Amino acid sequence: MAKILTIVECAYRATIEEQDDTVLWFTHMMAAQGGADLALLLRGNAVNYLSRKQHVDVLHFGEAVLGNPPRLADDVEALMKRNVPVYYVEEDAGERGLEKSDFIAGAKAVSRAGLARFVAGFERVFHW
Amino acid sequence: MSTAKTLTFLLMDAPYESANSTTALRIIDAAIRKGYHVNVTAYEGAVAYTYGLQKPHQNPIKGTTVEQEKHPNTKDWVAALIKAAQGRGLKLDWLRCGMCEDERGLYENQIAGTRPGSPVDFYKQQVEPADNALVIPCR
Repeated sequence: MAKILTIVECAYRATIEEQDDTVLWFTHMMAAQGGADLALLLRGNAVNYLSRKQHVDVLHFGEAVLGNPPRLADDVEALMKRNVPVYYVEEDAGERGLEKSDFIAGAKAVSRAGLARFVAGFERVFHW
Repeated sequence: MSTAKTLTFLLMDAPYESANSTTALRIIDAAIRKGYHVNVTAYEGAVAYTYGLQKPHQNPIKGTTVEQEKHPNTKDWVAALIKAAQGRGLKLDWLRCGMCEDERGLYENQIAGTRPGSPVDFYKQQVEPADNALVIPCR
């Protein structure tokens, strides 16, 4: 079984309309129902997916209401419970002023300098 | 049984929106020409590549008719790639994300030779057996 790294860089792509991040959802499906050997790396703006401080409020357009707003930190946490290890690029978090104390527990930092070596440890890399 | 290698691609852009669509089809075309089996999963807006009700249009700026303009539709390009693969004894397996086409209302009128599927089908039927796989996401 190939070891797959999913890299999420493009953040908040249609997450309101989809009520999910479509790549996290896809990754979760492959892990939960396909038994894939996966890891997740968050980089760029997607490091904010780890933050407990993000919040999506209720959205109305006229009488139409958003059903289940995306809860991306919860979704990342759910992936970890499926034994999908989660990593993030440490400098990307720092440049955005994100506090590690606000992050969900269990995500591991990877430095930019160590990124190439880290990625080389996987047989398949899906960079979204 | 064919000994040709297999390449897998996941496409995400809707057609007619970015250069990614043409680039992806160029890569698939090159792979078939070089003798590779090809798997494709069309995710999110990419399910529209193969929507059968696409129609070519005229160009009022150029003053061309529909016939003169020869406007390409991605459904025709994909159909041509499927035919090209078959002609070389190769396989082009074109899988469409079922839930994606449901939410877009594109679950009917999809062209022949393509099929609905899921991320699990992508992983088990297209990634695991392939020699390599490339995701081409929208940005």
